[in-house]
Amino acid sequence: MPESSPELQPPMSAVEGLARDDVERKRFLKMAGRKMGGGAAAAGLAAFIGACGSSNSKSASSTTSGSSAATTSAGTSTSASDPSMSGDQAIVNYALTLEYLESQFYAKVINSGLFSGKTLSVLKDFGMDEDEHVVALHKVASSLGTPAAKPTGKFPLTSAASVTKLAAAVENLGASAYLGQAANIQSKEILAAALSIHTIEARHAATLNTLLKKSPTPDGAFAKPMTMQQVLAVVKPFIA
Amino acid sequence: MNPTDTPSSSLAEVEVAGVNRATFLLRGALAAGAAYGASAVAPFVSSALAAGGASDIDILNFALTLEYLESDFYQVKGKAVGLSGEAKTLARLFGDEEAEHASALTAAIKSAGGKPVKKPMFTFPVTNQASFLKLAYVLENTGVGAYNGAGPSLSDKKLLAAAGSIVQIEARHAASIALLTNEKITPNGAFDKPLTKPQVLAKARPLITG
Repeated sequence: MPESSPELQPPMSAVEGLARDDVERKRFLKMAGRKMGGGAAAAGLAAFIGACGSSNSKSASSTTSGSSAATTSAGTSTSASDPSMSGDQAIVNYALTLEYLESQFYAKVINSGLFSGKTLSVLKDFGMDEDEHVVALHKVASSLGTPAAKPTGKFPLTSAASVTKLAAAVENLGASAYLGQAANIQSKEILAAALSIHTIEARHAATLNTLLKKSPTPDGAFAKPMTMQQVLAVVKPFIA
Repeated sequence: MNPTDTPSSSLAEVEVAGVNRATFLLRGALAAGAAYGASAVAPFVSSALAAGGASDIDILNFALTLEYLESDFYQVKGKAVGLSGEAKTLARLFGDEEAEHASALTAAIKSAGGKPVKKPMFTFPVTNQASFLKLAYVLENTGVGAYNGAGPSLSDKKLLAAAGSIVQIEARHAASIALLTNEKITPNGAFDKPLTKPQVLAKARPLITG
């Protein structure tokens, strides 16, 4: 698949690192360059929409097939350049895309035969939570306009250890993604819903970190947000 | 725990730090009217919105009181009870993190031109590690609900982002304690329930002595 927006494409090693090591995740976060300081997560979406709009129009004029990756990766690229789509709609579709991927990930993990006992039951519970998030977000997205298309995820499922690490990376990423959007959401109703999902991702992340004998709070006392652009860069290789 | 009928002067102070009585009652009524469904988003939303009306500084002061409560619980009571093993490790880590939250909130209140509430005195009905962890689980889950409930009422988006970065930590703490004690990792199912201020006070009130 031709890459329409190389700036969204992370080096493979960074992505593999995410699944491999929490230290790598932190390095990535640092590399991505967001510091939470007094808590200014704003401008994330604005920056994304700006970047996305321009890269979208570029790809639309230069290559048509090339835009598919960016488009599928969020369902927001199109949305962001669509003047009829509100910021909230783009954010909800972005969240829906991430939840689709998480839900597919858990379904594959549960069927992989790599897990049993307590860990399997935890993974099943988390998968069901993600399924419910998909249903709820799809409902909200439908009420706002056209819901994002369901992406097809591809995940390396080689061993229980590597999958658990990937699951932790996915959940920590999800928590950072929701946190990164909180200040961008206009509708109080949608904000309340996003907050109620955000802390579920956080609970999942802490659990998986604990199973890996890592700190439940890898960012310290203040969780770090990630922008849409940062998150999409990380998930892109996991979309078929 | 049903302390709503035990008024205490210290608690009155906490309430006053939030809103006037009329708003307070209105909120309670709204909260009571919001039916808690199983997994739909809508009911949680109405409950979160029922918390509207308070100023950002009021909300931050309420959060500060909770953070004082949590940090005192881990740092003072945790030591007094004599924890061991993983519980000791977590209590030390979480106590430090709650104290950082309290410092950050104090700074935020000051920079917003407000006056931070004083640290109250607390009492915790725990006698051993098991009861300590049980209350820790309740407190962390209450913290999650409190921040999620207040979040949509914050008008300053920077403060909202900061509150978000704190509530995520509360949720992580709650899950860690759940794992350690075989409690539910996601006690509210797939969507965390926001709590109204009266709901939070019902949990916190008996722990505040002055």
